[in-house]
Amino acid sequence: MRGATTLLGCFMSNVTALHVNRARYPIDVDPETSLLSVLRDYLGLTGSKYGCGEGQCGACTVLIDGLPRRSCITKVGTAGSKPITTIEGLQNSTQLHPLQQAFLELDALQCGYCTPGMIVAATALLKSNPDPTEQEIIRFMEGNICRCGIYRRIIAAIQRAAKLMKEGRT
Amino acid sequence: MIHDPINAPPPEPERYELKSLPIHHFELARREFFRIFGGGLVIACFLEKGQAAQESGRGGAGFNQRLPQDIAAWLHIDEDGGVTVYTGKVEVGQNSRTALTQAVAEELHVSSGSIRMVMGDTDLTPFDMGTFGSRTTPTMSPQLRKAASAARNVLIDLAAQTWGTRRERLVAGEGEIRDPETQRAIAYKSLLKGQKLSRAIPSDDPLSPASHWTAMGNSLAKVDGKEFVTGKHTFPSDLKLPGMLFGKVLRPPSFGATLVSLDTRQAEAMTGVIVVHEGDFVGIAAPSEQAAERAIAAIQAEWKSVPQQSGKDLYEYLKKNAESQGDHDDRTPVSGSVESGLAAADQRLQATYTVAYIAHAPLEPRAAVAQWEDGKLMVWTGTQRPFGVRAELAQAFRIPEDHVRVRMPDMGSGYGGKHSGETAVEAARLARAVGRPVKLVWTREEEFSWAYFRPAGVLEVRSGVKQDGTITAWEFHNYNSGAAGIGTPYDIPNQRIEFHASKSPLRQGSYRGLAATANHFVRESHMDELAHTVKMDPLEFRLKNLKDPRLRGVFEAASTKFGWGKIRKRPAQGFGIAGGIEKGGYVATCAEVSVDGSSGQVKIVRVVTAFDCGAVVNPDQLRNQIEGATVMGIGGALFEAIEFEDGRILNGRFSRYRVPRFSDVPEIEVVLVDRKDLPSAGAGETPLVGLAPAVGNAIFDAVGIRLRSLPMAPNGINR
Repeated sequence: MRGATTLLGCFMSNVTALHVNRARYPIDVDPETSLLSVLRDYLGLTGSKYGCGEGQCGACTVLIDGLPRRSCITKVGTAGSKPITTIEGLQNSTQLHPLQQAFLELDALQCGYCTPGMIVAATALLKSNPDPTEQEIIRFMEGNICRCGIYRRIIAAIQRAAKLMKEGRT
Repeated sequence: MIHDPINAPPPEPERYELKSLPIHHFELARREFFRIFGGGLVIACFLEKGQAAQESGRGGAGFNQRLPQDIAAWLHIDEDGGVTVYTGKVEVGQNSRTALTQAVAEELHVSSGSIRMVMGDTDLTPFDMGTFGSRTTPTMSPQLRKAASAARNVLIDLAAQTWGTRRERLVAGEGEIRDPETQRAIAYKSLLKGQKLSRAIPSDDPLSPASHWTAMGNSLAKVDGKEFVTGKHTFPSDLKLPGMLFGKVLRPPSFGATLVSLDTRQAEAMTGVIVVHEGDFVGIAAPSEQAAERAIAAIQAEWKSVPQQSGKDLYEYLKKNAESQGDHDDRTPVSGSVESGLAAADQRLQATYTVAYIAHAPLEPRAAVAQWEDGKLMVWTGTQRPFGVRAELAQAFRIPEDHVRVRMPDMGSGYGGKHSGETAVEAARLARAVGRPVKLVWTREEEFSWAYFRPAGVLEVRSGVKQDGTITAWEFHNYNSGAAGIGTPYDIPNQRIEFHASKSPLRQGSYRGLAATANHFVRESHMDELAHTVKMDPLEFRLKNLKDPRLRGVFEAASTKFGWGKIRKRPAQGFGIAGGIEKGGYVATCAEVSVDGSSGQVKIVRVVTAFDCGAVVNPDQLRNQIEGATVMGIGGALFEAIEFEDGRILNGRFSRYRVPRFSDVPEIEVVLVDRKDLPSAGAGETPLVGLAPAVGNAIFDAVGIRLRSLPMAPNGINR
């Protein structure tokens, strides 16, 4: 099986550019390479983390076309020319994203390794559901592991960010 | 190309010789200190008597090898007023960087923002055994406070000289020395301009009492939190060096297997791939992670496996291989006579409990970047014991410790699971062979299989109780899972408590709370059984047999907040309570569970934990630790267990090994008992130990089934 995909990879042409955080990055990599590895090792965007390599922990979550995706099991060839957002692309030059702000305010982190994936997944949630209930947050975020176990704080931070964003709009 | 050390000359074995460190005086080192760190004021603080053997101190390599051996930490204020603190403790998510910053700010009277902590760098920080055992708060924090306090006194002296006034009338505040009478003030940096001052302080400087704290006792947020929420923080696995290659190690199919034959031709033919073969060690270095994966998959290897104990008969195995004579120390007392205590009892109980192996599964797996330069080795790695890893590296490569520097960037947690330096050694091996820096990050599967586990155990209790609820006898045996927290805090005249080491089929080691979790689970479950035997309320039964005022205090605080004895119980709902004393902390936990009638699934609905660890250093971070410990405890209590067979881990990935997730989390309420009159104890571990027994006792209360094995309900409760 591995041999077959590798062989197939030989016939596909390399990926030559990636659109990440509103910038175009010229690259030249095998389309079979994981998006996570391209982001981290080729583009130096190490905010997205490796946690399991099987899409089970959410530490590598990025947005592709606005949707949360596990970059560790996404081949860079499938991302193509779609816009990708990573944790590094959430804040603008002067201001943190409300989720980043809320995670800081409520100390919703301990070791902080899951934090980028949590925040990126939560941006997708708040985009589709600006005012989620606790149950909706739990259901949406179930695929993200915080081994330090501070899920309660993360739920509270997402709710706080939702409030900040609502206030920001009005 | 293959690097084959069997045919290569041995790596300079003569150079590794133990030599006793010369005795130095701090004054001799000061010139070098200022050469490296610049002018200003440096304070070195010494160990308390009796700490030297197990804590910080004991001169290190490089610069600090030339320092006295009993220095625990040092503090430097540069000529611009910047404060840098050097400690061998590390930050692994317990937020010690923040708490130690508060400690220095408290005594030095500077803002926390002007303090920089250098942690766990074996060339820059004094020796430290490691970050474990909840020792940072009770031992390192007072050391740093003493250093900061001494620095403040030097600054006051300088100001007194400058103004030609008595030092007694001067006070420190907000980075300056003030004279309240004349309203003069002078900044620390002005006092230190052009100075090269040093002091080595004794350990008995008075510190500000908790009732007067201004920096400590406050909920300072994680000092560098912004780096984490923006993805900028560099974890060990994020490091990249120029010219760095990616490493990968070929793993045997089972523990203890030895290499029979090897064919690496296909891997060697791949562009940029270098194969390293040293005995049973086979690894590669490649220009990218993907190339490394492909190369390792292309290696053909035949292994000879050796018979291994499987998980099926684990508990019989641990019992059979246990040392018959138990260990006896302060924690495992013998008093009175268990036999006469049992004879005097109205009711006698006997029960056996088991605890499974579980994995730490830190979200960042082991990672290391190694670089050799002129025979010297530099390794950045995620570890709780940078100095221990340095020793491992020195031994592995037969080089003196001062040729090795280990640096520990704040890592993606450890929970007691990153005491060892496997990845550092492997990365260094590859880097030496290929002559370039090599990065090695373990996969999740490697982390599950090749790290180590929390010990499994068999625990047996025999007890006797009078009808009025007085416990007359307590005999407690722990096979293999450890002695921490093995003693009973209850007042029992006749007791015999023993820990029996055994042969562990799996590699085992430290874990957050370690054996205290097993011992508390068993003791507090058995206490519940005794209470039910004499038909007493479990809380009332405990208090009847308990004099310790602090433990009584947390039992009362938790049960009051929970509404113990006041909430009406619905069908399939249950309440449980448990508590104990460990590592200087006092904890009591109440849990509410519900058990689904048809599926048998257990849902932990609500947890209340009261915790007393003396004077609270940072209330919000303490709550954070207690909440996290509670959730981590849920995994081991209900569903986490390592399955293994024939030397293989069967469930070593997150899709097969269930850890607590969002939907597992109950409502958590924390009651902090802030004892400003008592020294602060560490808090990262102890809040975990009451969770499993409280949940087990609540399950019994709900459905009348006593669960005596951890995990208690991996597939729900079978009735």
